Amino acid sequence: MSEIHPLIIFIAAIFTNNILLANFLGMCSFIAISKTLKASVGLGTAVVFVMAITTPVSWIIYYELLVPLELEYLYFLIAIMVIAGIVQLVEIILERYSPALYYTLGIFLPLITVNCAILGACLFFVVRNYNFMQTVAYGIGSGIGWAIAIIGMAAIRRRLRFAHVPPALEGIGITMIITGIMALAFSGFAGVVSIQ
Amino acid sequence: MQILSAENAKVFSENIWKENPIFRQILGICSCLAVTNLVFNTMIMCAGLIFATVMSNLLVSALRNYIAGRIRMIAQVVLIAVSVTVVDLLLKAFLYDVSKQLGAYVGLIITNCIVMGRAEVFAMKNSPWPSFWDGLGAGIGYSIVLLIIAIPREILGFGTLMGYPIMSQDWISWNIMIMPPGAFFMLGILIWIVNSTGKKVGHDEK
Repeated sequence: MSEIHPLIIFIAAIFTNNILLANFLGMCSFIAISKTLKASVGLGTAVVFVMAITTPVSWIIYYELLVPLELEYLYFLIAIMVIAGIVQLVEIILERYSPALYYTLGIFLPLITVNCAILGACLFFVVRNYNFMQTVAYGIGSGIGWAIAIIGMAAIRRRLRFAHVPPALEGIGITMIITGIMALAFSGFAGVVSIQ
Repeated sequence: MQILSAENAKVFSENIWKENPIFRQILGICSCLAVTNLVFNTMIMCAGLIFATVMSNLLVSALRNYIAGRIRMIAQVVLIAVSVTVVDLLLKAFLYDVSKQLGAYVGLIITNCIVMGRAEVFAMKNSPWPSFWDGLGAGIGYSIVLLIIAIPREILGFGTLMGYPIMSQDWISWNIMIMPPGAFFMLGILIWIVNSTGKKVGHDEK
């Protein structure tokens, strides 16, 4: 297993290896939801929350259950079901114990099951051989990184309404270009810390 | 049964250009951007995606009468995950180096919205044979866009095409094209070009 300190992985997952800007994950909901700032904050929070739970749980299942049983090839199937199950569970628990939070995050939770960032984080810790603490740090860091990217994008798109964009570039086209510029800005962090 | 009836041919060809999943709905661009800095890897990824779309469409369509409406999402996801697992095992068996390079992105075909979208929109309502053509069309339509993005990225970023050098000796590679921002710019420009031809990309608020 790699010997990188969890704190470094945490920072790197937010800035240098941002799961959205460097690994392109979670683009679909990123483009659809970043239209409004309020929804972006809601979805961003929900992603941080779900990712912080799913990655450690998947780690335990992968290394404590599938590896000893030599069933690693079933991991895709298990991972996607773990994510769907946890999302359901979080939804039920929130509804019961924190209705206020449930109403803020509620509509976003089903969207998260098919958010590739969540599944991506669950697959990357296998590829990169993280140990448990590194995985926890990576999960939380990736969630925060994704949230920062979508909230920043929503704020930029709000300003963009008053800009004169070429008609053919309006909407998704300009969003992609701005995402590119954001990715460039984030790659400026590259020298600070790096993982793979 | 006719191999390609007029109706199936229509389903097939519509998915390639008129209803192209990327231009029409901006679906499934995650993996689209991640693997497109080398044409060869892109082609392998496309082959995997076409296989997964076709296979999951066939499975969903064959089992559509047994899937209860309330749990259809999770049932579809499981069938898609099965198809993608097959792709992953095939890659590991026959193209190990490429599978190492693609890494987690093969698994991420599961959450590629195109596969899920075709299963939900088409395969749940149609019999297996039309679903097969629908999946094939959607997969090929997606692959064409991926290749349009990948070819300039590799030429400008490495000065090569499929690994063969095609630029002159003193060509200076544009590093930005290999890096993630290059992919975003390429897709943005591509959408711009397609929009200029009068085709509207995506369902936008305007």
